[in-house]
Amino acid sequence: MKTLDAKIITETIKDMCIKTNCIMSENIKSTLEDALNAEISPQGCEALECILTNADIAEKGMIPLCQDTGTAVIFAAVGQDLHITGGDLTEAINEGVREGYTDGYLRKSIVDGPFSRKNTGDNTPAVIHYDIVPGSDITITVAPKGQGSENMSAVKMCKPAEGLKGVEEFIVKTVSEAGANPCPPIIVGVGVGGTMDKAAVMAKKALLREVGEHNPDPEIAAVEDELLTRINKLGIGPEGYGGTQTAMAVNMDVYPTHIAALPVAVNINCHISRHMTVTLCGKEQ
Amino acid sequence: MKTYDLTTPMTEKEINTLQAGDKVLISGVIYTARDAAHKRMIDTLEAGGSLPFDIRGQMIYYMGPTPAREGQVIGSAGPTTAGRMDFFTPQLLERGLSGMLAKGMRSQTVIDAMQKYGAVYFGAVGGAGAYLSSCIKAAEVIAYDDLGPEAIRRLEVEKLPAIVLIDRQGNDLYKIGRKKYECLEEGILG
Ligand code: SF4
Repeated sequence: MKTLDAKIITETIKDMCIKTNCIMSENIKSTLEDALNAEISPQGCEALECILTNADIAEKGMIPLCQDTGTAVIFAAVGQDLHITGGDLTEAINEGVREGYTDGYLRKSIVDGPFSRKNTGDNTPAVIHYDIVPGSDITITVAPKGQGSENMSAVKMCKPAEGLKGVEEFIVKTVSEAGANPCPPIIVGVGVGGTMDKAAVMAKKALLREVGEHNPDPEIAAVEDELLTRINKLGIGPEGYGGTQTAMAVNMDVYPTHIAALPVAVNINCHISRHMTVTLCGKEQ
Repeated sequence: MKTYDLTTPMTEKEINTLQAGDKVLISGVIYTARDAAHKRMIDTLEAGGSLPFDIRGQMIYYMGPTPAREGQVIGSAGPTTAGRMDFFTPQLLERGLSGMLAKGMRSQTVIDAMQKYGAVYFGAVGGAGAYLSSCIKAAEVIAYDDLGPEAIRRLEVEKLPAIVLIDRQGNDLYKIGRKKYECLEEGILG
């Protein structure tokens, strides 16, 4: 049995909250540079240039890339042989978010309830997804999620008879209706299969992939490619100003499902696509 | 694409001549207000009160910044999605608001009111809050301080880059731009 002090988790989360909000990943930066080279709409190019300049200014001054520093979405894959000491894991994560959003001058956007709507003042609670995995490490991903793109996401319980075609139609329709609102060029995360909740979590997790990385199943990878081409034909363009660069990637994950089910979830991420992952190793006692 | 230097408050002529798709560099005073501030302004008006600033001829930026660090004028300061304000906007247009700066699509009701009362909807690049904050030279909370990032701020901006999304005639860049490249796409990639 290996152990890990909860304080280390807090520190790590705090650090990731600040960095991922202020520094655009190289993967996204180079994808946006490619988009700028490929874009033919003058307004679209103008938007992409602005987005790239923004990334420079943000990193140099450690100013958040976007004022909506998001809901703190955390994925934690916890090794089943790891023992966390010195505190409650969920509280350690929330404390990291609290400190990161306060010390990093990030915006606190969380309200205490959907109807009471009083700001909690420290951007907690985080939305945490746990997985139990083999081993004695913990892999933590911090993925602050802006609401402009989150609000354009959707779930549909398709009928199995609708098949792949029906699923594709729903995905393209969701992106088409989202238009300019999610700050394109976007990343489209798709989860198909399982139950309603399973599909939604898969869609969110699919947003964490690096651009350029496909689903390992070549058939699904081909669907991703086809969807990306179709979406980029919609004409929405960067920031919705019109153009050819509407999405950077479509990432689809699938899961076994019920004989009567075909759930599909589409989670849209904006161009800043913030996420960062760190693995912490347990120490021998 | 035409580029204009625009100083607030806009003249009647500017309001009438700007076209969807034009680029503008905005300088002068603008005011921030987003969801909660809009709700409170409208509630105040409905209760017979008055707005916290003279809205006639002014421009509202739908924005709630991140906190400023020591020595900064303001934190990250990009636009939020405008559609959530649509419900309140016609009443403000009726009272003389002539410019809006934000991102995202507007309802037909808002577009109709813009045409009726004479207003322009500008877009700042969503997700470019660090860049946009560098164009803000002064910021002061003038009302609803208790709303935190949603308080009403008076900003002095200098050459803040924006694009005309919907002009006074009701032309909408989101629709025009999309149509243009939707058609082109078939030819290029199809
Ligand atoms: S959707 Fe746009 S405004 Fe919202 S977090 Fe993303 S980039 Fe920022």
